[in-house]
Amino acid sequence: MISFISQFSLALATVLALFGAVAGFVAVRGVYVHEPAVPLLVSLQRNVLLVTSLVSVAFLGLICSFVLSDFSVRNVAENSNLALPVFYKVAASWGSHEGSFLLWVLMFAGWTQAVAWSGFEVSACFKVRVLATLQLVLVGFLLYLLTASNPFEYLNPTPVDGRDLNPLLQDIIMIIHPPMLYMGYVGFAVTFAFAVAGLLEGRFDMTWARWSRPWTNVAWAFLTVGIALGSWWAYRELGWGGWWFWDPVENASLMPWLAGTALIHSLAVSEKRGALRSWTLLLALTTFALSLLGTFLVRSGVLTSVHAFATDPERGVFILALLFIVVGASYILYALKTGEVGQGGSFKATGRESLLLSNNVLMSAALVAVMLGTLYPLVVEVIGGRKMSVGQPYFEAMFAPILLPAVLLMALGPDSRWRETRLAQYIKPGAVALGVAVLVLLGAALFNGHFSLLWAVGVVCAVFMAVATLAHAAVATRKAGAAAPESGLLYRIRRLSLSYWGMVLAHLGVAVFVVGVSWVKTFETETDAVLKPGETTEIGPWRVTFIGVDSVQRQNHVAALGVFELTRGDGTLIHLLEPEKRRYQSSEQIMTESAIHSDWFSDVYVSLGDAVQSSTSSGAWGVRLYYKPLINLIWWGCALMALGGLVTVFDRRYRPRKNGAMA
Amino acid sequence: MSNPRAYRAAWLAAIVVVALGFGIALVKVFNDNLVFFYTPTQILSGEVPKGEKTYRLGGMVEVGSVQREADSLKVRFVVSDMNRKVPVEFNGIVPDLFKEGTGVVADGQWDGSTFVASEVLAKHDEDYMPPGVDK
Repeated sequence: MISFISQFSLALATVLALFGAVAGFVAVRGVYVHEPAVPLLVSLQRNVLLVTSLVSVAFLGLICSFVLSDFSVRNVAENSNLALPVFYKVAASWGSHEGSFLLWVLMFAGWTQAVAWSGFEVSACFKVRVLATLQLVLVGFLLYLLTASNPFEYLNPTPVDGRDLNPLLQDIIMIIHPPMLYMGYVGFAVTFAFAVAGLLEGRFDMTWARWSRPWTNVAWAFLTVGIALGSWWAYRELGWGGWWFWDPVENASLMPWLAGTALIHSLAVSEKRGALRSWTLLLALTTFALSLLGTFLVRSGVLTSVHAFATDPERGVFILALLFIVVGASYILYALKTGEVGQGGSFKATGRESLLLSNNVLMSAALVAVMLGTLYPLVVEVIGGRKMSVGQPYFEAMFAPILLPAVLLMALGPDSRWRETRLAQYIKPGAVALGVAVLVLLGAALFNGHFSLLWAVGVVCAVFMAVATLAHAAVATRKAGAAAPESGLLYRIRRLSLSYWGMVLAHLGVAVFVVGVSWVKTFETETDAVLKPGETTEIGPWRVTFIGVDSVQRQNHVAALGVFELTRGDGTLIHLLEPEKRRYQSSEQIMTESAIHSDWFSDVYVSLGDAVQSSTSSGAWGVRLYYKPLINLIWWGCALMALGGLVTVFDRRYRPRKNGAMA
Repeated sequence: MSNPRAYRAAWLAAIVVVALGFGIALVKVFNDNLVFFYTPTQILSGEVPKGEKTYRLGGMVEVGSVQREADSLKVRFVVSDMNRKVPVEFNGIVPDLFKEGTGVVADGQWDGSTFVASEVLAKHDEDYMPPGVDK
């Protein structure tokens, strides 16, 4: 019954969304310049609300089916069972392929709703075109849900119990990771729709760029959080101690992130100076296209095996077709209309525009490198060539030389001026920051005893940029109070725009991230050992003593629970580490739960391998130990970047004026 | 550089040089890091080119073939593609999804009689099947 209502809601939503899109595009052509388009906009907004509500009903229906363990729904039977804790039953709603697409659609509808409700000051015609574009794309994905990937498919006969939610997914981080990632992917659809509407009207003014910026920033912030959570999850759950594997699944999310980062910066140029317009439009289209590509790569099964994809191609081909339609149509539109858009203002090589353009060039280079490494093996295999993969060293060798110059340029960013900057402008703050960076490097090198080139360059670049950014913020804060010398610090900080503070936070985040990566890459250590109960081994500054392994029975799994004593070199007990090896009953799947002790920024990481036969004693286990200095800076850096992106949205200039917000 | 055309040409030249440099570096590093994938049949019939040092072996872990050495992390098993069989040796901790009768992928080198794996890969998906293995 519930699944019937949900399915019906989805079908109805599809029809309404299609109607809204077509009616919107057709009717807006009939609106003359002086004739008010507001009634049309209002009715379209109501249509959007209806569609969003219907999709929400469907999603709630799916959650209900999972909570009530309705195994007559195939999706529920395959991804849940009676023993699963309720919390994970809810989360299982988006654990499966079908469910995750429904979540995708729900978020898409949600973003569309947010656009419909938001009071940004563009013409009603423009807003109608934005909403109609979003509705049209939504129809594509609703059709996909209804035809190729139905989350409510009926299962007959109804099984007594379901299979299980993949144990890898039974983790709090894995529950919030996909929604965050999708919020990012789908959020770029808004910028995409803005670009399409702008192209359709053949008008691309500064208002366009201005109102695209907050949406892009929020989407980017969500994507950042999503990627970081995925990385954190892989680090804790996979038991391999790595935080980024350059796996195609990860690269799929990195590509739209790189394009989105470029987009944020080119939008700044387009808004403030009217320059780089065509490029910005192209980026806006490309970023969403890459989001779709990411969805296709991860969700079509093409990565697991091209072979399997070819034997059951229905789903993959549908998404690929959607991808081609959306990308093809928007690029054709771009090719036809971009001439009318024009290039916009000119600038000198020393202007801030050039710095932001360099960011775009570097991000594009990184994007090309990732794309080549991700897609080339797939393409070769599809055309019948040799099966291969691209090793991690390729990505690392490409990324360091691309990312580090970007970090250096970021140091100059705040001190630059639009159009043209006198080089003297950079020298004083640059020299101070460079001095601090070198001092920090020397101090850290003395402290650590040894170092690597990557580490030295990474730390210098990051500290240089962080100091330059902070110094600029300090000077700007002081100047902000110049008009009112008695003003307090808080007043001065508030005088500067939130866009500025967002930039400062995000750039500092990059610095923190780079320090973390440089440190981990250089100083991490790893040991695989066979430990007998009572034996001690050393890892980094720590000593780890193996006490033994116990067997524990839990709700849906049996765990081999290892106990390790973590002591400092001098023998004081710091912490007990309890890594687990779990066997899930329903699927017989084995899961390693590593135990991590975080000492401010560094981690000691222990995971259990397998029991090892020993001639001399019983209870020996294979154990993997890692020491990961400053690894937590990687996540803190990402958190700062995302926070920076979010903060900009609350900038005063994006608040609609009280009167005439709808016009 | 007072002449705007000369200015423009200089910029263009600089961009072309940088782009070319980037492109060449990209292709070079890319080629150096391609890891090719072979089935047991391909390895045993000598299809692996001589120059290939490290490559990837894929197939099924033969049921009953997994042997663990006492007092060490050394694991021996046999990988088959239902046609030919290759013995594999690995010194380390195998991933959770490593099981007899399921697919496996290993990076390593062939020493003439045994495939010495430097890494046994964790695959995210339990339904994963290496290519060349027909159920």
